[in-house]
Amino acid sequence: MSAAEEVVAEGHQAVEAVPKRAMTLGTGTSLVVLAALLVVPMFVKNFIIFQMTMLLIYGLAVLALNILTGGSGQFSLGQSAFYAVGAYTSAVLMEHANINYALTIPISAAICFGFGYLFGKPALRLSGVYLALATFALATAMPQLLKLNFLEHWTGGVQGLVVTKPDAPFGLPMSQDMWLYYFTLAVTIAIYIFSVNLLRSRSGRAFMAIRDNEIAASSMGVNVALYKTLAFGVSAGITGVAGSLGAIAVQFVAPDSYTITLAISLFLGMVVGGVGWLPGSFVGAAFIIFVPNMAESISKGLSGAVFGVLLFLVIYLVPHGARQVAVLGQQLVGKLRKN
Amino acid sequence: MELFTNQVLAGIATGAIYACMALAVVMIYQAIDHLNFAQGEMAMFSTFISWQLMQWGVSYWAAFLMTLAFSFVAGIAIERILFKPLAKAPVLTNVAGFIALFAIINSSAGLIWDFTIKQYPTPFGSSPFLGSQLISTHQAGMIGVTVLLLLGLYFFFQYTRIGLAMRAAASVPESARLVGINTSWMIALGWGMATAIGSIAGMLIAPVVFLEPNMMGGVLIYGFAAAVLGGLSSPFGAVVGGFLVGVFENLAGTYIPGVGNELKLPIALALIISVLVVKPAGLFGRHIVKRV
Repeated sequence: MSAAEEVVAEGHQAVEAVPKRAMTLGTGTSLVVLAALLVVPMFVKNFIIFQMTMLLIYGLAVLALNILTGGSGQFSLGQSAFYAVGAYTSAVLMEHANINYALTIPISAAICFGFGYLFGKPALRLSGVYLALATFALATAMPQLLKLNFLEHWTGGVQGLVVTKPDAPFGLPMSQDMWLYYFTLAVTIAIYIFSVNLLRSRSGRAFMAIRDNEIAASSMGVNVALYKTLAFGVSAGITGVAGSLGAIAVQFVAPDSYTITLAISLFLGMVVGGVGWLPGSFVGAAFIIFVPNMAESISKGLSGAVFGVLLFLVIYLVPHGARQVAVLGQQLVGKLRKN
Repeated sequence: MELFTNQVLAGIATGAIYACMALAVVMIYQAIDHLNFAQGEMAMFSTFISWQLMQWGVSYWAAFLMTLAFSFVAGIAIERILFKPLAKAPVLTNVAGFIALFAIINSSAGLIWDFTIKQYPTPFGSSPFLGSQLISTHQAGMIGVTVLLLLGLYFFFQYTRIGLAMRAAASVPESARLVGINTSWMIALGWGMATAIGSIAGMLIAPVVFLEPNMMGGVLIYGFAAAVLGGLSSPFGAVVGGFLVGVFENLAGTYIPGVGNELKLPIALALIISVLVVKPAGLFGRHIVKRV
């Protein structure tokens, strides 16, 4: 293989171009979904409320990955590390410094933003498979780092930390689970609106320009290095918030809850939901929470195989994830209206 | 100094495992342009097939050859049935497909052969090699097989018609099709060869790590790391990368204080990333020039 150079034909990208208008839901649909999210918890059992809370939390984490991959075209298998940092920040602040749980969330968002931004710096030199390996290394290192001896006083080592669940404030007549659900919902809505607006802003357009063609973007005057690291920072910050909420909801943090398996699940959630389609993040989150349980109930011994087969079915039927279903639905509605 | 040479030797011995796996990783990457996350599980399944054959009384080498043939056919079948329909789907969807394949193979192997650890025979014996306590004859044999495989692949890709066709199909598919190469079957052939090489790696690794459905988890990570370090476009780089990762890992464990078994992997990976930051295409990889 003597040729020193190889020319790669144009138009070969890892992440497909999604126009920014196709990244969100219409106003009407959004309001219906919001109403359902507000009303449903009043009529179901506490366990289902808990599962809905987890759905929102994983949805946020997938959304964060979606901004990074679907928005700026960078691939990450290290989201579990940012999730862990967020979870531990909240747990340590609540248990050691007695800070109110709601206040720990902006703090962990800030810490994770900084961490992600700094991690994005060396990652600038890497792309594609190489970036995947670097983020993967971060994900495998994180549980080991949390177990380190000199951190044990703060992190509780292998045993982890138990987090107290907050009560509903102002004497509201709500169970802890329900309060936490509404709290998570409020945070989720805020972050969702922030993300949608971010992608519609100048910065969002810069992300997408980099995703679609880095060289063209930089020749148009986009500061590629700045926006790439910024995308990492924002994504890490949102993942950190998800981690904090996760720690409060599960009431427990331990190094082994945040292994590479979590990062892979989040990745699968993004693919199933549709890369670059923000509402799909929550569909993807539903997939990674409920399908493994479903597989377990179909066959205990073969649960992994059943999960794999279901995943194959999904990617055969809709290779572009839930976004494809939404687009089909939209076209169908459009046709019906014309008739 | 003696400690140093000993650790380097031990590193080379473990590095042979990674080199084998990295070679399989690079093979598939050459053919399909993706890292196959299920590669380790495919190798594990092949190794179980050979173990089963030996349990039924087939001799080692007969089982070895039969497994090789089985893996080759199985690799082609997986490509034709599962991944050809996904050829037009986005890259990330393909990666999700690999993860699904991983789950399916791991779980079925667990169901067929259960999760207990099994002994696996070696054809080279396990006595000390040339009087050294650190390298056994099995590990020396493993290094030998890896080098032979590498030479074989080199001649295949460099001097045979079909090897040339495979390279063409991988680097410029459109032009390859124009000169009459069936690129779709070249991809299938790549899958077959990668699976067969993976099965050789599996059968050589099994006596060291013992046979069980999760045996490849750790090995595959190192194999990926080695392939990326060496440069994903170069089989030679993959093998060198494998040995380097093995040596890195051992030296870090010995000389950096406070590094137990647990931190070996993160440190090895951190070193690899530092190398990549300086040489983004790997040590022996070709730099790909993009046309704007």
